[in-house]
Amino acid sequence: MRDGKGASRAPVLRFTNCRILRGRRLLREDLWVREGRILDPEKLFFEERLVADQQRDCGGCLLAPGFIDVQINGGFGVDFSQATEDVGSGVALVAQRILSHGVTSFCPTLVTSPPEVYHKVLPQIPVKSGGPHGAGVLGVHLEGPFISREKRGAHPEAYLRSFEANAFHDVLATYGSLDNVRIVTLAPELGRSHEVIRALTARGICVSLGHSVADLQVAEEAVQSGATFITHLFNAMLPFHHRDPGIVGLLTSDRLPPGRHIFYGMISDGIHTNPAALRIAHRAHPQGLVLVTDAVPALGLGNGRHTLGQQEVEVDGLTAYVAGTKTLSGSIAPMDVCIRHFLQATGLGAPGLWGRGEDGHPAVSPEQAAVWSRPWRLRHCTPPSYWDWRSSREPWTLELMQTS
Amino acid sequence: MAALGPAVSSCELRVSASSSRLSRLGTRCCCVRGAAPLSQTPASLSPRPLLASPFLTCPLQNTMKLIILDHYSQASEWAAKYIRNRIIQFHPGPDKYFTLGLPTGSTPLGCYKKLIEYYKNGDLSFKYVKTFNMDEYVGLPREHPESYHSFMWNNFFKHIDIHPENTHILDGNAADLQAECDAFEEKIQAAGGIELFVGGIGPDGHIAFNEPGSSLVSRTRVKTLAMDTILANARFFDGDLAKVPTMALTVGVGTVMDAREVMILITGAHKAFALYKAIEEGVNHMWTVSAFQQHPRTVFVCDEDATLELKVKTVKYFKGLMLVHNKLVDPLYSIKEKETEKSQSSKKPYSD
Repeated sequence: MRDGKGASRAPVLRFTNCRILRGRRLLREDLWVREGRILDPEKLFFEERLVADQQRDCGGCLLAPGFIDVQINGGFGVDFSQATEDVGSGVALVAQRILSHGVTSFCPTLVTSPPEVYHKVLPQIPVKSGGPHGAGVLGVHLEGPFISREKRGAHPEAYLRSFEANAFHDVLATYGSLDNVRIVTLAPELGRSHEVIRALTARGICVSLGHSVADLQVAEEAVQSGATFITHLFNAMLPFHHRDPGIVGLLTSDRLPPGRHIFYGMISDGIHTNPAALRIAHRAHPQGLVLVTDAVPALGLGNGRHTLGQQEVEVDGLTAYVAGTKTLSGSIAPMDVCIRHFLQATGLGAPGLWGRGEDGHPAVSPEQAAVWSRPWRLRHCTPPSYWDWRSSREPWTLELMQTS
Repeated sequence: MAALGPAVSSCELRVSASSSRLSRLGTRCCCVRGAAPLSQTPASLSPRPLLASPFLTCPLQNTMKLIILDHYSQASEWAAKYIRNRIIQFHPGPDKYFTLGLPTGSTPLGCYKKLIEYYKNGDLSFKYVKTFNMDEYVGLPREHPESYHSFMWNNFFKHIDIHPENTHILDGNAADLQAECDAFEEKIQAAGGIELFVGGIGPDGHIAFNEPGSSLVSRTRVKTLAMDTILANARFFDGDLAKVPTMALTVGVGTVMDAREVMILITGAHKAFALYKAIEEGVNHMWTVSAFQQHPRTVFVCDEDATLELKVKTVKYFKGLMLVHNKLVDPLYSIKEKETEKSQSSKKPYSD
């Protein structure tokens, strides 16, 4: 079906017999791609006067945007918080291996570490586009050290810091360069947090609230200063209380800046969050939900002892604890397992996850489903922009067919 | 249009009409070889076994067929079958394209769906078909969901195997609109003229955007839309009259009259009066579809509701002819078979 203009034109690929996500809906439509970019087929037909060079029958599968994991500490033996000489190859290994979980973009996460680690590691993790070689690096997620002592979880106490003395300068001194940083998790109850939050958001960095004992008012003020995300909701924060909902109350707060709503990460590995809690959060604020893995270097390695930053971690089945304790220390469930568990817990089908659910509520809004986290401008789902995509079967037997 | 076999003896059904209205309909229609001349009146028409290809109409004789089906879906299917048979019997090839004129709007949607179904079943291919659409709005971006480009893409082109270079739709955003119209006429000429022009009818009896008052010998040109048309189209623009384009490029009545055959789809009670004016009254530029009374080969495909304003005598007569007319779609041809193929649906011509 060539148009005879010569072989120099890149081939047009048409995926048929599939469903795609577009404009908040799952549609039965063909997907047209050329050189990794999604095409507007109508424009191709009327302006370029071309037809597809190759067709691929998707067998009724769903072509979905690739997942974006905004909290992943390492995997397959690689620990992003280790200051080695060749951090880049570790990142590349993880990037390549998580493709098979359906993740096509991620934020390598560094846990609380001494400043030397940040100074050495951060410059070695540049923002990078994804491709067949591996998922794209969107930027680093710095989880700590400006977090609460009481809610530090698996983070080492010795390296916790505050920025009361010099606010943003303390931040810069700790991390060094912020060039490759995308998200910073901090506890808003720390002194001068508002200055820091404003300075970070002014630089386009997403501020996330987590590992904190903040009450709802402190949390709301932090959001008013510019915070837009919550790190692993329910974990490492005060539990929901009916007279002071704490950070969890942000999901239904009426004190957020107009037109803005909060996004929140949740680890739905079946261990960090009870399914009932998953459902409560989802029903309260479905548009803000972002599934994360919070995966540790032990991901993909099996049972035994592994490291996470400055800590030792004991893995047994799907649980990972700080060695010798019962403190959860990240997760080892890959993203597709998390999603499957989430779908099962909430009873949603694929339309609910990616588009309009049965009850009319989207589980995850498409901009954010595709993006899996809104705070930064990422690829959108409408042609002709670039779009991470992969095929998957019907929701109840969510299997990854292919990640491309 | 070449005869598909040896010389045929054709016969005529001549209407011995007592009413001048019926005779104006020009209801001489040719039936197929083998049948003896019939001279019955419409009321006593008895079906005779009629054989083989129905397309042996004598080119010199006027034929106007009014095909009446019970429902919209049946009318759409009949029309689609007719187009299918016409294309296949034409034996299109790389040196011989079948040129098809196409309409937009809600009426032909059912017909397009059936044609897509035939393509998907492998019974029909549009590889050697060239299409010319009737019209397009002026000033509406091509990618606008209500532009006729979008309509054709979404409802037809994207589902079939037609090559984009074989499709022609007027460009309502051309710098020089009249030059665009003239070029369109030339493209039709270059393609060898239109073999079959499929069209619809407006509630005011217009064909394409040839509004009441249009010249019956007009060619492709820019037209300002009548209020009736704007009102009818408002439903596609959120009911907001301000959003409806007020001008369009359209083929002329003369352009469509040049086609070798014309098929008009008319369904729904709101089109009934227009159909009455088109075929039971005189040729009149206030009801431009009436021009096709003077076209050598016209087929009007309707549903019951569209005939509500016609005389009972007219409707009964043409319904009586359905046995003859159904031979145009039964047997139903397919590109899968070289010989005549009787498909499943041919056993029940009025169903599906």
